[in-house]
Amino acid sequence: MLDDTDRRILRQMQADPDLALSDLAARANVTPATLSRRLERMRETGVILGKRAEIHWPALGYAVEVNLRITLDKTQSRAFDDFLAAAREVPEVIEIQTFLGQVDVRLAVIARDIAHYQQIYRERLLTLPHIADVEALMQVSRIKNDESLPV
Amino acid sequence: MIDLDDTDRALLRALGRDASLSAGHLGRRLGLSQPATWRRIRRLREAGVIAGTRLVLDREKLGFGVTVFLGVKLATKGRISLEDFERAVTAIPEVQVVEHVLGLYDYRLRIVARDLSDFERVLRRRIMTLPGAGQVEANVLLSEERLPGPLR
Repeated sequence: MLDDTDRRILRQMQADPDLALSDLAARANVTPATLSRRLERMRETGVILGKRAEIHWPALGYAVEVNLRITLDKTQSRAFDDFLAAAREVPEVIEIQTFLGQVDVRLAVIARDIAHYQQIYRERLLTLPHIADVEALMQVSRIKNDESLPV
Repeated sequence: MIDLDDTDRALLRALGRDASLSAGHLGRRLGLSQPATWRRIRRLREAGVIAGTRLVLDREKLGFGVTVFLGVKLATKGRISLEDFERAVTAIPEVQVVEHVLGLYDYRLRIVARDLSDFERVLRRRIMTLPGAGQVEANVLLSEERLPGPLR
């Protein structure tokens, strides 16, 4: 469906999504007319879904980020639905992922500091329904964070 | 640290969902003039609250059917340099995210692959051969949602 020209455009767009169209055309080595035609088609077919702003939580005073890996009590048939619905209500939860593997769910949780994290953990997270096991990975640093696809 | 009012929070929520919205469009929605909206966005960028823009692509349509999170424990702590591991793992194109963590694992990786056998290739040829890589745990991503966080 996609050819090398599309891939070249996507690579340049992933590298710098704020690029003006004329610069993007030059970097991808296509004419502006070709670029707009290709972009329109990739939007129509749903390859390009859009753009979103990346929020840097430490700049808002949230210095701590913890990955909470959770195993649910799967003898409860509504374990996933109940747990996910309740987790969405916790304001400090910024990401929810579900998995096939040892871990069922991962929550990304942000907090102002360790004391704040402890408070959220005790009052809002450990009280979530159907938890069988919890394990925390505290983030020290993020070395690479680009969700670019190797197209 | 920057102070946010309700309008800033609404702006961040909107841009977090769709960063292609123009200042004029956002302003109309929030009852602000276009220049006032633009000034607020510029302030949020300058304060580092908006760290950048992400292009959102449909992974499956581009042939990446599998996303795996890998917990990696380093085998010989102390003897292996973290820098060497980090430099090598960051260079692998299929590795999207590398986080240094404290807990059961030393690093947490997000990896995209075409399918499970492609993932196996990445794991065997590129991850297991990294300097210092020890025990790994893989979890295949089934679903993922981002929430607006404390901006609500």
